[in-house]
Formats: sequence, structure tokens, C-alpha cells
Amino acid sequence: MKRPGNRVGSPPASPAADHRGRVWEPSQGSHDSRVGSPPASPAADHRGRVWEPSQGSHHSHRLGDVALALGSGLAVALVLLIVVVILGDVTYNGASHLTLGFLTQAPRDGMTAGGIFPAIFGTVALVVLMTLAVLPAGVATAIYLSEYANPGSRLTRLVRVAVNNLAGVPSIVFGLFGLGFFVQFVGAGIDRALYGGQRIFGQPALVWAALTMAVLTLPVVIVATEEALAAVPRELRLASAALGASRLQTIVRVVLPQALPGILTGAILAISRGAGEVAPILFTGVAYFLPKLPGSLHDQFMQLGYHVYVLSTQSPDVDATRPILYATVLVLLLLTFALNATAVVVRSHMRRRFAGAAS
Amino acid sequence: MATSSENPVERPPDRAMLAGLTPPTRPTLPRLGSPPVQSSDRTNHGRAERPRLASRRPRFQALAEVAIRVLAFTSIAAIILIFVFIGKEAWPLFHSAAIAREVTLAKMWFAQQWPGYDAPEHVWQPVSEIPKYAAWPLVVGTLKVTLIAMLVAVPLGVGAALFVSQYAGRRLREIVKPTVELLAGVPSVVLGFFALMVMASWMQQALGLDSRLNALVAGVALSFAIIPVVFTVSEEAFGAVPRSYVEASTALGAARWQTILRVIVPAAGPGVAAGIALGLGRAVGETMIVLMASGNAAILSASPADSVRTVSATIAAELAEVVFGGAHYTVLFFLGVLLFAFTLGTNLLGEFAIGRMRRRLGGAA
Repeated sequence: MKRPGNRVGSPPASPAADHRGRVWEPSQGSHDSRVGSPPASPAADHRGRVWEPSQGSHHSHRLGDVALALGSGLAVALVLLIVVVILGDVTYNGASHLTLGFLTQAPRDGMTAGGIFPAIFGTVALVVLMTLAVLPAGVATAIYLSEYANPGSRLTRLVRVAVNNLAGVPSIVFGLFGLGFFVQFVGAGIDRALYGGQRIFGQPALVWAALTMAVLTLPVVIVATEEALAAVPRELRLASAALGASRLQTIVRVVLPQALPGILTGAILAISRGAGEVAPILFTGVAYFLPKLPGSLHDQFMQLGYHVYVLSTQSPDVDATRPILYATVLVLLLLTFALNATAVVVRSHMRRRFAGAAS
Repeated sequence: MATSSENPVERPPDRAMLAGLTPPTRPTLPRLGSPPVQSSDRTNHGRAERPRLASRRPRFQALAEVAIRVLAFTSIAAIILIFVFIGKEAWPLFHSAAIAREVTLAKMWFAQQWPGYDAPEHVWQPVSEIPKYAAWPLVVGTLKVTLIAMLVAVPLGVGAALFVSQYAGRRLREIVKPTVELLAGVPSVVLGFFALMVMASWMQQALGLDSRLNALVAGVALSFAIIPVVFTVSEEAFGAVPRSYVEASTALGAARWQTILRVIVPAAGPGVAAGIALGLGRAVGETMIVLMASGNAAILSASPADSVRTVSATIAAELAEVVFGGAHYTVLFFLGVLLFAFTLGTNLLGEFAIGRMRRRLGGAA
């Protein structure tokens, strides 16, 4: 009797012929329908046919197992290798240039010297504004989906389809959208209404980049928040209702505090995504180089990811910018990884808490 | 509290308590239909133990619930607005006479006889004396890079998912999954940087290629962004195959690898397909990696060793320098519409596949 598990440890097979085709030929590709049928039926379908060849050669089975384990194991090894090589290369080449001065100074001499402070400042400003915009919309959508909506209704399904599809829209398309909608429609509209047509908001700016990024990260917040709301035990809602609390009171006083870590996770993941994306801000507010930090919503800004792009593609002196470039990449990676790691910790903390509450 | 005679379910308190303690099929909370105003009106006569939020600010509750409902449609609004506003900027391509003098749909998709060329050709040269907007070099370039990326990402992503779900022990799994998440968290501009600064040189030396930046480098770098997508969705799909399938197969005497290839993989097939579809959408739309690593020469060829210019990279590289509302601008937005439509298609396909798998395995789970 073979049981699943521990086959990896079995000794390598002798070089017998591969019987793959022969063993399973009788099934003639009917496995699709076999799997689709209820769980009991696969046994019934193939009883006689499967038994016979399986009793044939144990060597072929060993070989098949080893081949499959080795093949998929190789895939795992390659994936791990890719990550290690990328991170190793960036850390090895970037760490030496990563000093406090590098983080706190502005670029000098055509970006071949100095630091990246304006890019860090711009990135932080961008994600703070983005978070302010995306959290209310994302959390409200999740509350609606999990607490108010009838799960089967057409409207709810439509919201879900929209959220899923929004997550798949290419980031460059968000850039086009930001330019067409926020800059040219909303921004120019504000200028016409408030500034007599003078160009203030009707051009790429921090606020438009942040709002574009907020639309891009909306699905991240919605999915994480919904997951968090779903993890809140139903008994808490029922107890609250039994005490006479209204639905909104239950949500605000009982459900949201419980789901807070999950919402936080969503916000952090959104920030991590927003800090790394470049394409959406290309036409909506990022600048190549600015002598001043952005002072208002309608200023342009520098950003870490775009700085990496500029340094690696448009540098007048590649060798001179190389250490700066590597250090900038390292800062960007450390920033996103730190955010992701925080999200993972918060999430696992939340899971433990609810696991305790449920038992 | 049994004293709360005004519970929102409008039942005698004892029955409401009962309903709250026994798990009913639906929550006993008022559903969508019950107007929030009503419940807050009642709170005006509320007793001491009612929470303050409602008794002090009855209107606030109603407003907040309206706000929640309105904000819930942000996503739908976003999808529609994206479509409308990108389409709006691309629309002149279909009807504007001024733009038709420079470019039409026919000129984009059919080979044109340009002065100085021997035969009709597809040429993308939007910034030249006679602007040329052939879309095929960009579309073929995109497909080429995408194909290479998928050829790398699908075996690696699905293979790794298979290993993690079927062979790996707990400890290995807890190394591999966070590592893949780490890869998913690497910003695409960093992958582009790595391809441009490091990988391009390695691959040029190893393969003896003419151009340092080409479809192969961009495709392989792009696969690094796709692997996590394919891996995550596939791994979930493999994990969702009911144990009873494995047990039935094993009881019939099937070897481990037979069970995996003939039972688990087909059962998880739609899920894996969904992962591939989502990865495909991501690959076609990914911008920074190809912008930095592909060489950006709009050459119409089948060779992976040639430089390519993809649709997304073209938009990213050119939109900043065009005249608003001009022919070039309009064409770039039209390319954006194509990208948007394509990824919408792959997403819906992926969703369909996941739904299919859920239904399929639903009876067994």
C-alpha cells in the first residue's frame, strides 16, 4: 500500500525504461471527466485498468517519482537562485555607498554625487497622500461587501469583478488614466473654476500622482480588509446585535477594532506597492530632477523608483553614477521589504489572535 | 441584556437572544433593505445602555451608511472612468480629419509604401519628417517578449508550485513561499535595473549576442515578475485538490507521480490556467522592465536576439514628449486602449477558470 508522503526520500531508481505512456494509455485522456465527477467515482471509473499496469514494474514508478520530484525541485531551486542573485548583487554593490549622508543630501553634479533625499521625501509624500485617499474608499468597499451587500446579488458580483479587474489593469494604463482624467479633466476643471484658467492644477502634480496610485492600490486594500472582516467571528456581531446595537454601531464599535490589524496589513501592502511603482506616475507628476522639495499639492516631485530609472538609463557618466544607482536600488528594496515584512508580521499576529478566539 | 426591548430585529427580547446564540442561516442583523434612519429614530427614545454614537448623532449614522454605499462603487467607477477617459483621448483617431491626414487605422495595421523604401513596410517612426505609426512592430515585439517570459515563468512557476504542494516538507515550504513573496515585492523598476546593468552583460557574454539589450534579456527579466503570479495561483490550486482524490488514486495502486500527473494536475488544471492567464496579462502590461531591458528599437522580426519595442514601453517612453491632442498623442492612447482591453480579457478568462475550478471541486470539498 503506497501512501502519499516520503516518496522523495526513496533511493534513486535503476535506469529502467520510462513506462509513462504505456501505464496510462488505456485511460485515453478521459481524466478530465473523471476528475469532474464526484469524489467517489474516480475509483469506480478506472478500477480494472489502473490496477493491472501498476503491478508491473516498481522501477518505472521509482523513476517517475524521482523525475517529477527532481524536475519540480529544480524549478524551486532556480526560483530561489533568482531571488538570491538579485538581492545579493544589489546588497553587495549597494551597501558600501549607503551612508547617512547619502540618505539626507540632495543629488549634486548632474546626479553623479550627493544623495537621494528629495527622492525619499517625494516617495513618502506620494504614499502618504495615496494612503489618505485609498483607505477610506477601500475600507468602505470592503465593509459594504462583507457587512451590507447581499452576497449573491448582481450588484455585489459586479463590484467584485470590478475589483479583480482593476487589480489586473497594467500600471502604464493607470498612467494614461491619471493624465487623461486627473490632470486634464479634474485639474484643468479646477483651474477653470477657481483660477480663471491659469495653469495651477491642470498639470502633472503630486496630488494627481497620489490619486492615480490610490486607484491602482485600491484592490490591495479592499482584498486585505475584506479578509480581515471575514475573520472576525460572527458571534461578536450577533452578540452586539443582541445588545441592541445597530448595524453601523456593530461595525464601528465591534467589527472594525477587531479587523484593524488586517486593515493595517492592507494599507502597508498598498504603500509598499505604491512606493515601488513607476509607470503610473510617469505622466502624472514625477520629475527628473528638482532643486526644491515639493511644497504644495500641485508641485512636481522626485521619486525613488523613477530616480533608479533615470540613473540607469539617462546618466551622462555610467561609471560615476553606478555606486549611487546601486545604493538607491538598495534603499528602494529595503523600504518595500520592510513594509512587506511588517505586513506579514501584523497578519500572522492577527491570525494567531483569531485562532485563539475561535477555539 | 434582556432589558434592551428595542433590539433592531423587532422581536421579543428572549427570542432575539435565542436567535443570537444559535447559529442561524443568515445574521439576525437588519439587512440592506431596512432603512438606517428608522433604527436611529428609535434610538431617540433609547435607554441608558444604548451606545452613545447613535443616540447623540442619529443623522450621522444615516450619512455614514450612505457614504459606505457610495464609496463601495469606487472600483466600478474607476474601471468605467479608465475606459472612458482613455477612450476619449483615443477617439479622434476614428473621426478627426486633422489626425487622419497623418495617421489612420489602416495606416497603422497595413504595410505602407514610404518614400525611400523599396517595398511597402511596417515602420514605427512617429518622430520623423513623415511620421509613421505602424503598430505591428510594437505588437509583435510585445508578443515576442511575452512569449519568452511565459516560456520561462510557466515551467518555473508551476513546477515550483507543484514541488511545494506535493514534495516539500514544512520547513522547505516555509522558506520557499516567503521567498517567492519577496520576489513579488521587488518593484519592477528594480528588475529592469538588474536586467539592464547585470543580466544583459552576462547573457551577451554567455550567448554571444550582437545587441546587449534584446527581447531575450527583457523576456527573461519579465519572467521574474510573472513567476510569483503563476506560482501563487498554481500553488493554491494544487492545495485545493481534495485529499479524497489522492487517496482514491493511491488506493488503486497508482504511484505518487501517476497520482500527481493524472489526478492532481488535471483537477487543479483550471486554477493553474488562471494563474497563467493572470501572468499573461501582467506580462503584456508590464512596463518598466521592458522599457529598460528591451533596447526599444521597433524592429519587426521574429528573432529573440533583436532589440524590441513593446506597446507599454512605447507609451512610457513617448507620451511625455508629445503634443497634447496631436496624432502621436492619440495613437499612444489608442495603444493604451488595446493594452487595457487585452488585460481585461485575460483577467476575465482567469476569473472564469477559477470559478470553473471552484464549481468542479465544490462537490468534493
